[in-house]
Amino acid sequence: MIVNLTNTNAAGVQQALGRARHHVGAASGLVFTLVVLAELSEYDEALAACVEAGREHPSRILLLTNGRARADRLDASIRAGEDSPGEIIALKFHGALQHHRESVVLPLLLPDLPVICWWPGRSPKAPGMDPIGRLADRRITDAMGDPDPIAALEVRARNYCEGDTDLTWTRLTRWRGLLAAALDAYPMDVTRVGLSASPTNAAGTLLAAWLSHRLDVPVAVDRGKPGVGITGVVLGSETDEIRVMRTDGNLAEFSAPGLPSRLVALPRRDVNTLLAEELRRLDDDPIYAEAMASVVRRIDRAVSRGRGRPE
Amino acid sequence: MSTVAHVNPLRDQRDPRLPRMAGPSALVLFGVTGDLARKKLLPAVYDLANRGLLPPGFGLVGFARRDWAAEHFAELVAESVRTHARTEFREDVWKQLLEGIRFVPGELHDNESFERLKRTLTDLDESQGTGGNHAFYLSVPPSAFDMTVAQLRRHGLADRPKGSWRRVVIEKPFGHDLASARELEKKLAKAFAPASIFRIDHYLGKETVQNLLAFRFANTMFEPIWNRTYIDHVQITMAEDIGIAGRAGYYDGIGAARDVIQNHLLQLLALTAMEEPASFGADNLSAEKRKVLAAARTPADFDLHTARGQYATGWAGGVEVPGYLEEQGIPADSRTDTYAAIRVDIDNRRWAGVPFYLRTGKRLPRRVTEVALNLRRAPHLPFNGTDVRALGNNALVLRIQPDEGITLRFGAKVPATPMELRDVNMDFGYGTSFAESSPEAYERLLLDVLLGSEPLFPQPEEVELSWEILDPVLDHWAALDTPPERYASGTWGPQSAFDMLARDGFTWRRA
Repeated sequence: MIVNLTNTNAAGVQQALGRARHHVGAASGLVFTLVVLAELSEYDEALAACVEAGREHPSRILLLTNGRARADRLDASIRAGEDSPGEIIALKFHGALQHHRESVVLPLLLPDLPVICWWPGRSPKAPGMDPIGRLADRRITDAMGDPDPIAALEVRARNYCEGDTDLTWTRLTRWRGLLAAALDAYPMDVTRVGLSASPTNAAGTLLAAWLSHRLDVPVAVDRGKPGVGITGVVLGSETDEIRVMRTDGNLAEFSAPGLPSRLVALPRRDVNTLLAEELRRLDDDPIYAEAMASVVRRIDRAVSRGRGRPE
Repeated sequence: MSTVAHVNPLRDQRDPRLPRMAGPSALVLFGVTGDLARKKLLPAVYDLANRGLLPPGFGLVGFARRDWAAEHFAELVAESVRTHARTEFREDVWKQLLEGIRFVPGELHDNESFERLKRTLTDLDESQGTGGNHAFYLSVPPSAFDMTVAQLRRHGLADRPKGSWRRVVIEKPFGHDLASARELEKKLAKAFAPASIFRIDHYLGKETVQNLLAFRFANTMFEPIWNRTYIDHVQITMAEDIGIAGRAGYYDGIGAARDVIQNHLLQLLALTAMEEPASFGADNLSAEKRKVLAAARTPADFDLHTARGQYATGWAGGVEVPGYLEEQGIPADSRTDTYAAIRVDIDNRRWAGVPFYLRTGKRLPRRVTEVALNLRRAPHLPFNGTDVRALGNNALVLRIQPDEGITLRFGAKVPATPMELRDVNMDFGYGTSFAESSPEAYERLLLDVLLGSEPLFPQPEEVELSWEILDPVLDHWAALDTPPERYASGTWGPQSAFDMLARDGFTWRRA
């Protein structure tokens, strides 16, 4: 059922939620609280992603937006037993309340269970210092939701704090899996790496940083090739090459030494899928931390060499 | 790869998010036209590919007695994927798979067929880079195991070139008694190394069965009661609502005990009753299962503590269904058990005096698999006798399928009464706490075969110990003059099964 409340407070929301639960049968087995911090314009998309994520991970989802009313007011809409097993509470803050959102969020967090924050669009410079972000065990941002994704990734990398992650990293899971499996199957001493990606693609920046950190070799990034997202990676030794080329954002061509090229599905995935995958693991991710540190190093090195910002 | 000392710099123990993808390989399916292949195996292969866990160039070879062109086979695969796969059908994933799909028409006894298979695999190695790594899945009747393995060996398909692997996968039943199980092992061992033989008990691939290990060994609150001091008796049930459903040829002469108790139920018993393994590696896990199976003992008097039955005509779930003897292809004098129940005792310190009751049957009221641990009654109840009339024993139920989860039953006060106690259930539902769509058991198991990961596969010693438990019961039943007791379809089994528990002062749970 859906319950709409205008001009309410945390206690009012809790009461309505209790009644809604009684009505649709107890929602038990919730695994965490997901706090979504969205812009009003992102509301519909964020809600759809919440429903999808709630399906894989039944949870209490607090969807926070700022409204345009002049009065200092909180409006709420509670969905329980509607389209996912958990609860979705949309909270709209108006007026001065917009500066005290954490006072409403804190009482609505599920006891004991982990708290995850997600910014689908723009996010604060340092999510870990954000009044709501600091309540969370995991903070998920999405550099691709920013008008300048690569710059956004750099800001996150410089302000990284334990518990942060970015969906840019989740976008790389399949690429990372494929490249690691390629080196399992065709072991070689990689001496050079070439990577191509579309001009504003932040995932390419992060993949390059991860590869250069793990392999300890130079990684050249080409932003000029046609195609969407990451369009190719070449791992090269003195004599051989492993190549993965993907121009259509879907199906890649894979080739390894001495073998003809073969197809491998490497689809770009939508945000709902990425979020559901990210929520599968709530532990800290030191590999991501290292890759982000490598992003910073690569940028600083390029700047100090006077080449300006790379890429 | 394990055979190469090369360390992959992209892998890191601290990076569990990095997926484990299978290496270059080909899967050969014998019996690819069968139900299992169409409904489970082919869809599982597709789901793995869709999850990005199959390598580029993965080979999928069907072998069957059909005069099909490769395209026709590919259509059959697509059809079965569209109907039965768990994940959505994607053109790009399908294109990747299609490149490596081959079909070999042939007969198991025909040498030329196996030469064709060999040429097909060599061609895959060259054109798709499957690297000589081949897994042979024998989805064929047990009577054809011998022939298939012998043919693989004769045509050099079981010999692995340096730096590659050959694996064979077999499905239960692993023999029909101890002697035949050993015979089968011997034949497999002639062609394949022990670590290359994968016995599938698909129950072990189920998320809920793996969760049994997490439940027992990751928590502190259950271990203290997991013993004879608190547990009264244990009931392990696998009930099916269907009959033999066209599998007369396979089922008749095998029966419920061989089909289910020997593998699924004794594996569940082992996982429920075993001690904590030193690790979840195959050796350590199997060591604990073997210990507990070796300590398991069947009752002294089989007439008192075993039961067998055969379903008769009846109404099951609102449909009138034929009895076992009326099923097509079943001889009118068949004595095959379609219901079997046995009591097993475990002679060790933890379980002495706690009976484990195992039961399985077809045409029971509903499809359910569960392990129910029934606790002892509180030593003293400080209530009036009438207050606790509706109070049962506490119980902990591990629901394996369907509706996977855990139920905890305990007493609570009924509101608005002075002091009236009644049982309530506290439920943990896998489906409500985690993914709506968990991977299928066959996805996990096929991937493990391709990765060479053994922990979820029963080891031959476990198979033999299970037959040692069951053989005396089967011999006893075979020696009886009487046919199995009839039970009406759609009921919870024969009277003798109820009597066997009543003798010990218990009743079966209505699962």
